[in-house]
Amino acid sequence: MNLTLRVWRQAGPDDSGGFVDYRVEGVTEDMSFLETLDLLNESLITSGDAHGPIAFDHDCREGICGQCGVMIDGVAHGPQPATTTCQLHMRHYRDGDVILVEPWRSAAFPVVRDLVVDRGAFDRIIASGGYISVATGSAPEANLTPVPRPQADESFTAAACIGCGACVAACPNGAAQLYTAAKLTHLNVLPQGQPERYERTIAMVEAMEAEGFGNCTNHAECEAVCPKEIPLGTIAKLNRDYIRASLRAPAKT
Amino acid sequence: MTSTTEATSTDQSRYFDSRLESKAPTGPIEERWDQRRFQVKLVNPANKRRFHVIVVGSGLAGAAAAATLGELGYRVSNFCYQDSPRRAHSIAAQGGINAAKNYQNDGDSIFRLFYDTVKGGDFRARESNVYRLAQLSVNIIDQAVAQGVPFARDYAGLLDNRSFGGAQVSRTFYAAGQTGQQLLLGAYQALERQIAARTVEMYTRHEMLDLVLTDGEASGIVTRNLMTGEIESHSAHAVVLATGGYSNVFFLSTNAMGCNVTAIWRAHRRGALMANPCFTQIHPTCIPVHGENQSKLTLMSESLRNDGRIWVPKAAEDSRAPGDIPDEERDYFLERRYPAFGNLVPRDVASRAAKAICDEGRGVGPGGYGVFLDFRDTAGGATAIAEKYGNLFEMYSKITGEDPYSSPMRIYPAPHYTMGGLWVDYDLASTIPGLFVLGEANFSDHGANRLGASALMQGLADGYFVLPATISDWLAGKLGKQPVGTDAAEFRKAETLVRERTAQLLGNNGKRTVDSIHKELGRVMWDYCGMARSEEGLRKAIGEVQQLRRDFWSDVRVTGEGQHLNQELEKAGRVADFLEFAELMCTDAMVREESCGGHFRLEHQTTEGEARRDDENFAHVTAWEMAGAGPEAGADGAAPLELIERREPLVAEYVQPSQRSYK
Repeated sequence: MNLTLRVWRQAGPDDSGGFVDYRVEGVTEDMSFLETLDLLNESLITSGDAHGPIAFDHDCREGICGQCGVMIDGVAHGPQPATTTCQLHMRHYRDGDVILVEPWRSAAFPVVRDLVVDRGAFDRIIASGGYISVATGSAPEANLTPVPRPQADESFTAAACIGCGACVAACPNGAAQLYTAAKLTHLNVLPQGQPERYERTIAMVEAMEAEGFGNCTNHAECEAVCPKEIPLGTIAKLNRDYIRASLRAPAKT
Repeated sequence: MTSTTEATSTDQSRYFDSRLESKAPTGPIEERWDQRRFQVKLVNPANKRRFHVIVVGSGLAGAAAAATLGELGYRVSNFCYQDSPRRAHSIAAQGGINAAKNYQNDGDSIFRLFYDTVKGGDFRARESNVYRLAQLSVNIIDQAVAQGVPFARDYAGLLDNRSFGGAQVSRTFYAAGQTGQQLLLGAYQALERQIAARTVEMYTRHEMLDLVLTDGEASGIVTRNLMTGEIESHSAHAVVLATGGYSNVFFLSTNAMGCNVTAIWRAHRRGALMANPCFTQIHPTCIPVHGENQSKLTLMSESLRNDGRIWVPKAAEDSRAPGDIPDEERDYFLERRYPAFGNLVPRDVASRAAKAICDEGRGVGPGGYGVFLDFRDTAGGATAIAEKYGNLFEMYSKITGEDPYSSPMRIYPAPHYTMGGLWVDYDLASTIPGLFVLGEANFSDHGANRLGASALMQGLADGYFVLPATISDWLAGKLGKQPVGTDAAEFRKAETLVRERTAQLLGNNGKRTVDSIHKELGRVMWDYCGMARSEEGLRKAIGEVQQLRRDFWSDVRVTGEGQHLNQELEKAGRVADFLEFAELMCTDAMVREESCGGHFRLEHQTTEGEARRDDENFAHVTAWEMAGAGPEAGADGAAPLELIERREPLVAEYVQPSQRSYK
């Protein structure tokens, strides 16, 4: 099939950027969306296009590394539910379709070039407290701490977050609540996560706010686009833990 | 007879190299790691912050090492090419991680895990290292659970296990089909904690483009900042490479698009010996190739073989729907050929069997290169399948557009993991003093074939436990000495070479894209250095690789400039190194005149088509040295590499090599 890709081109962080239309021929239904961009890029290189090939982030191409992600026709990761951009296949498109392709748009994710953004803020949220402080070697025997199935499953469901940033891109406020809540839920429901539970919650929420993400007003757009289907309930959990943490007396040192 | 023996011994001494001394202690194998930890020089806690260590790579091995060194108090700089350390390709590992916990009480033990790994590697691994790996496996699980890694659990809340190819016990710990992601998040979180504590400085979107030596010792690296194009030098008391494997030499593999050989190849060109590069693993359960524009292959976890049954129709070109083919007209070829292990034979065996069936013309699907993986007979039906493998079934259906709940999956082998890598001793030290190599980037523990669920175990053992214990032996000797400054002549020179190479790539202005050359290289390697190799084919491949290298340097087109994010330039540098490395890989495959593990030479097989190993002549690690090479030679196009073969003999002390039988 032949398609038109209307792609956001931006030479660098300070460039104002704009859309450019490209015709892509010979797309087959088994190809992935990123392979379609590959095909287009090959032709942009050989034809000596003024903008050159389109920069886009990607790596594993199997939906787990979280490096890829673009807005496709205004939807983070495109039209298929629970699907990363790299796992979107062209059988969902028809000959002649025009597809709008943009980078994540959020103040906290500045555009680097074309479709590539800087998501360093996510790492800094983790660094603020998204861990259990257990130095290598100091762990007890693994089965000493049984974890009931419901907690184990809840933790795992939240831990499936791949840190792609679609939740932020989809949110009208550019909030990072779902990402932060996923990480907090992953650790806060486990027995191992209890000692630092409340300090972690405060620290991560504060770090999130300091990064310039917006506030959550329960639009639930994040849940709708999340490729790993992280439940919105994790945000309720975050709020609960945050309130509890705020009411606790500061730890004596 | 006598003359043969003499010839062999002279032969072996010709390959002797005093640098290839494993330094493993010689006492009882179960005491060696204790012994070694007692022998190594220590660095006093107050002095640790005086030492600076560079760690390249942030996967399981790199992140675990950087975090642990930081916890110990060393100053660490950690580099990765991705935009976050959490995205390193360890993240994609699906199936699980082995550990000799014996929670299932089914006869497992440290010795059995050791034995299975040595046997699974077709007796081409160093026993001391493998035993240590099995010992440390139990500590890894403890560490991961304490970090909050959400492993699968039973209804009592205790850790669950499953079985995996090549083993008859259930020792594999898992987190649905994303064990790699969960373990990497554990290591990444530990790493971020150290970044916050300022013991580790993180450099994301930085690619190592050269290793710098001063007075014969590793003193630092040269990197390119992928965002700004800046060429930067970093110096330290030691350099640790944890940069993964080189399966992308085949272009199509299950590796992430960015996985590359550059870091270890640059180190090799600077004098680090490269061991067993021809030992590559072709994983049996991947989604078959769909067409010319395909950019990568996707693995379906080996754990599917626990329940799925592999078959093809008995008759070639049987056009009926798979469900309409009755049992007596199906050939469950693994169960038929290997009744004891059936569908759970090791990866190399399963892959070759599938290839043989397809070469006979009995493959299924478009192009005839596929076999069925069928869940029709799974106990508990669709519900049980969804619980165990739900995410894998969804992934399959997204990629192929077919519903694997109603008709069997189609699978075919694909390059997945590389057992070869830089040679290291028992301390994980390479032949360049001060350079250490961890995880898939080294050659050490898997011999000629890696067992399923053992890569995560090795990466984490190296990173959490081995390197942090052994590196102090090197660092202690450096007490009171500052790292060489990055203004030293060696750094200046290396930076200049990197700049010149970058300029050459950008200024070439030829006609061919980087990908088009990479794809051609991949085809040559897959055809001649893939699942079946022969001397004739390998000779042909070496000629074609040299020609491709000439084409690359004379005709490649790299657009854009050096001072911004330029993904074509990144790819070009990696492919240039693959084009050199490929020649070494084929040469190694050619001199190893036996079949073992994933290395199958057509000239060396039994009448039944099984691998024929040659322990008399090939019970050694082949370690290659590059003669007369600085990175300057990179632009010489088709000039053959000057390779010198060295050997580390392997001694079977505890596991006597036998015909590896899974029948």
